[in-house]
Amino acid sequence: MTTKKRPVYLDLTQFRFPIAAIMSVGHRASGVLMILAIPFLAYILDLSLSGPEGFAEVKTILGSLFIKLVLFVVLWAMLHHLLAGIRYLLLDFHIGVEKEIETKSAQAVMVAAPVLAVLIGLVL
Amino acid sequence: MSRQASGLRAWALQRISAAYLGLYLIYMLGHLSFNAPETYEAWRAYIADPGVTIGMLLFVTALLIHAWVGIRDVLIDYVHPIMARVGLLSLFAIGFIGCGLWFAKAVFLASVAA
Repeated sequence: MTTKKRPVYLDLTQFRFPIAAIMSVGHRASGVLMILAIPFLAYILDLSLSGPEGFAEVKTILGSLFIKLVLFVVLWAMLHHLLAGIRYLLLDFHIGVEKEIETKSAQAVMVAAPVLAVLIGLVL
Repeated sequence: MSRQASGLRAWALQRISAAYLGLYLIYMLGHLSFNAPETYEAWRAYIADPGVTIGMLLFVTALLIHAWVGIRDVLIDYVHPIMARVGLLSLFAIGFIGCGLWFAKAVFLASVAA
């Protein structure tokens, strides 16, 4: 009897990535990104409350185009994380576990997060 | 901390903290969108309000619990060499505690510097 060499699918390029998997990776990636933003948030809050000069300095920092772009990405990450989290919470309660709904809700998260980020970004 | 934040307890902690974080974030986004503080004094008075102070400190606590459970899962999934894993977990743990104290200092400062 010959033992055929069986394929071991650990090659990421060989995997299929359905929309729910991409959304799930996004949930993790956005979480890690926001963790990296925590020290910046602490710095900004501390500076803004340190006195009128610090408050003015924060306004200048938040007004720069580069920081605005970074904050937009963080806002997108936050909304993706929040919406995907609500979806997971519903799945925990066995709501929306059917295949079609599960796919649709994953698509909805992928689309709604950047759209909401743009809308909120415009107001802020 | 690692023992306390594992299994069913971590699962529950992650969801309870998530609920608070989600609700508070929606409130904060709304507040900053329609009621953004124009001056230092207005911003300081807002943070010094006891309700806001407690709300913010609870937010930071929930954020750091949530971040810890999350980063712990990610590091356990992807970082296998034990020294690298322990090193990174320690780094994040110390960083989170440091950031928590930094937030608390900033929030308390608003009440003191009247």
